[in-house]
Amino acid sequence: MIRLEKRPEPSRFWTAVTPLIAVALTMVVGGMLFAWQGADPVEAIRTIFWDPIFNPQFAAFTRPQLLVKAGPLILIAIGLSIGFRAGIWNIGAEGQYIMGAICGAGAGLAFYPSESVLIFPLMIVAGALGGWAWAMIPAVLKTRFGTNEILVSLMLVYVAENILASVSSGLLRNPEGMGFPGSRNFKQWDATHNAELISGTGMHWGVVFAFIAVIAAYVLMARHIQGFHIRLTGEAPRAARFAGVNPTRIVILCLGISGALAGLAGLFEVTGPAGQISIDFNSGYGFTAIIVAFLGRLHPVGILLAGLLMALTYIGGELAQLMLGVPGASIQLFQGMLLFFLLATDVFTNYRLRFAAREVS
Amino acid sequence: MADTLLSITGLTKAYPGVVANDDVSFDIRTGEIHALLGENGAGKSTLVKMIYGLVAPDRGSMRIDGAAFAPGSPSEARQSGVAMVFQHFSLFDALDVAENVSLGMDDPPKPGALAARIRDVSEAYGLPLDPHRLVGTLSAGERQRVEIIRCLLQDPRLLIMDEPTSVLTPQEVEILFETLRKLKTEGTAILYISHKLEEIRTLCDHATILRRGKKVATCTPAEETARKLAEMMVGSSFATPVAQSRTRGDVLLEIRSLSLPAPDAFSTPLRDVSFAVAAGEVLGIGGVAGNGQDELLAALSGERIAPAGTVALKGKDIARLGPVARRDAGLLSGPEERLGHAAAPNMSLIENGVLTAARRENLVSRGFIGWGDARRFAERVIDAFDVRTPGPGVAARALSGGNLQKFVVGREILQRPDVLVLNQPTWGVDAAAAAAIRQAILDLAAKGAAIVVISQDLDELMEISDRFAALNEGRLSAARPVAELDMEKIGLMMGGAHDMEVAHDVH
Repeated sequence: MIRLEKRPEPSRFWTAVTPLIAVALTMVVGGMLFAWQGADPVEAIRTIFWDPIFNPQFAAFTRPQLLVKAGPLILIAIGLSIGFRAGIWNIGAEGQYIMGAICGAGAGLAFYPSESVLIFPLMIVAGALGGWAWAMIPAVLKTRFGTNEILVSLMLVYVAENILASVSSGLLRNPEGMGFPGSRNFKQWDATHNAELISGTGMHWGVVFAFIAVIAAYVLMARHIQGFHIRLTGEAPRAARFAGVNPTRIVILCLGISGALAGLAGLFEVTGPAGQISIDFNSGYGFTAIIVAFLGRLHPVGILLAGLLMALTYIGGELAQLMLGVPGASIQLFQGMLLFFLLATDVFTNYRLRFAAREVS
Repeated sequence: MADTLLSITGLTKAYPGVVANDDVSFDIRTGEIHALLGENGAGKSTLVKMIYGLVAPDRGSMRIDGAAFAPGSPSEARQSGVAMVFQHFSLFDALDVAENVSLGMDDPPKPGALAARIRDVSEAYGLPLDPHRLVGTLSAGERQRVEIIRCLLQDPRLLIMDEPTSVLTPQEVEILFETLRKLKTEGTAILYISHKLEEIRTLCDHATILRRGKKVATCTPAEETARKLAEMMVGSSFATPVAQSRTRGDVLLEIRSLSLPAPDAFSTPLRDVSFAVAAGEVLGIGGVAGNGQDELLAALSGERIAPAGTVALKGKDIARLGPVARRDAGLLSGPEERLGHAAAPNMSLIENGVLTAARRENLVSRGFIGWGDARRFAERVIDAFDVRTPGPGVAARALSGGNLQKFVVGREILQRPDVLVLNQPTWGVDAAAAAAIRQAILDLAAKGAAIVVISQDLDELMEISDRFAALNEGRLSAARPVAELDMEKIGLMMGGAHDMEVAHDVH
């Protein structure tokens, strides 16, 4: 019989190798899925993972997209990972992302058509605050009444989506938009446009903030006592309390950071790639970022790589949809599989397989 | 020999990476109390699990009355007359005694008949127990009686008892011993697992000593000294803790009428607890598990804030301060649970050093951890307390219980506390490590620290404390000098007979 046996220590080797195995398994099973859909599996995998960067025909358009898509994913996932390390499961980053976008955009639109240089920084602050405030709802409910942050934060996503639908056809609707839902387009308003910083790279302010967040998170978690306390809370809550960590503070801090970063991502998205507040400007980054956080082993550098990989599957997926006619849902399935295989192979970090005779127990 | 009941020959059982039992052979005779003695991890539990049919041996054989005995399950073992009382009870709180007993029987009689039989057995063996009481309302000693009666109802020929006295007061221990002696005269063999040497010397006819899976010796414990037994168990001689002469200084820690409600349904409230410890003094706090030990430690460590004015350190009220501020003020503590409370299992020893020593050892400057300093601190603890580990980068959970305990106690002692509070400092720790920890406690007291040791090991408390107090349902008895106590008085204190002090002090 095969048994799982707990390792005395988590295996360093498996910690590093499981994401690679998960990617490989996803490719194999995904290929089978595409074959079943009638597409050539090898070609499908190549279209998703290779063509967006190296195919001369598409690369000029798709390569910058890599950073455009990876930026918000990384920014949100970094925030989530800090909470996840503490055992605080913010599943509602999508909602904080939407609320950040709405608050940031709203703060800017209030000053339309000013061209002041202060507007964009103001919008950034408002975006971060919007996401932060939305995350404070599950934080306060959890610390005051002991509610489950998973459920509350997740439910608040749907509230945020309804607020988004309401403001894009109401409060923030473009008065010159001939009645169509959606706000003014920030791309046509220089003071607020989150434009590409270096042409042809896809680099915008959101990507810059994502890189800063990666470095800051690394320093926080590896070197700072606060990061140590966050990790301690996740590893052993009783030991954390013994060390003098205030659990309420950690909940507020972690949800606050992840909410603020998600809000920032929303603001940069809506003023840049999306261009305006509309009913469906959000591309589900808040949810995909959960996969990114885990795929990156909740480690800042890992998240950087995982964000790029996940961005690749987005772009490659669209390409495969276009070129091979595979359905869009199969790309989401593909991303879901990645998380599934990661969690499955993750077992080997803490356990090893034993092939042993059955034993009465 | 004609009266050999169970004969064990060459039993071997290997688990990945460790041989739990290596070629163990010994005999148990009818009507004897046979001790199985060994440190934690010596292979005692694996051995009895094989006898009770929970684990199949890799090699070797067992015979009962000369017939081959290879139980594939506990029920097969029970049919051959083997019964076992586990250290951790498997009882349902919401059911009454009779219902619990019937759940553990292979072929329970009708409820009415069962209740009558429970009464008969409990009277016959001096184990008073009402079959209709809810188990949730029973004390630990009474719960153990339920388990024992469940076994006795099946007329066992061999009764295995795994560390039965760890949850009992001295009085309850006496009752248990009477029962066991009675069973013995009726011809029941008892395999008695323990590491309490004095108990074994008074109770057991023979003792088989295991060390690292191997049988070291079978001896007659009454003819050996406790020290000799301990050395056979550990395999080498070790220094008995020696107390240096200490001078009693000023009172450093004073608790005044501390009451705290129970934080949840499974905890004990603290009721009007008062005591004082002076520099150079060790106060031992005894009591049966679950009488408020954890709660008292939490109130002293600062994990739970106490009402103002109830906790004073060097004359200053610290009751409203949290763990960090109390450490800064010089009050350090070590909780009972090593993994998950005193240390984070998956974190390295370096990180576990930072856990409590961050500020006192200046491991943090402007919020940033100096990992070099943290590593050096962990290495100092490892060196000073002889912690066996490949290095300070190893995860805490990879260490054996004794080594991790040396690390967590050493971590506090090296921070030169003014007051140190420890809960169960040597629980589950091998004899040599326990002796080292006790010595360190005594040395710290000699340097002028005030120390509170909460423990369920009375021998330990008698060995190292100057004064003794007992916790009972969250109440603390008045502390009395150890020199004027004996086991009977201690038992009364643990049982909550506080008026004894009044009678005693009046004359």
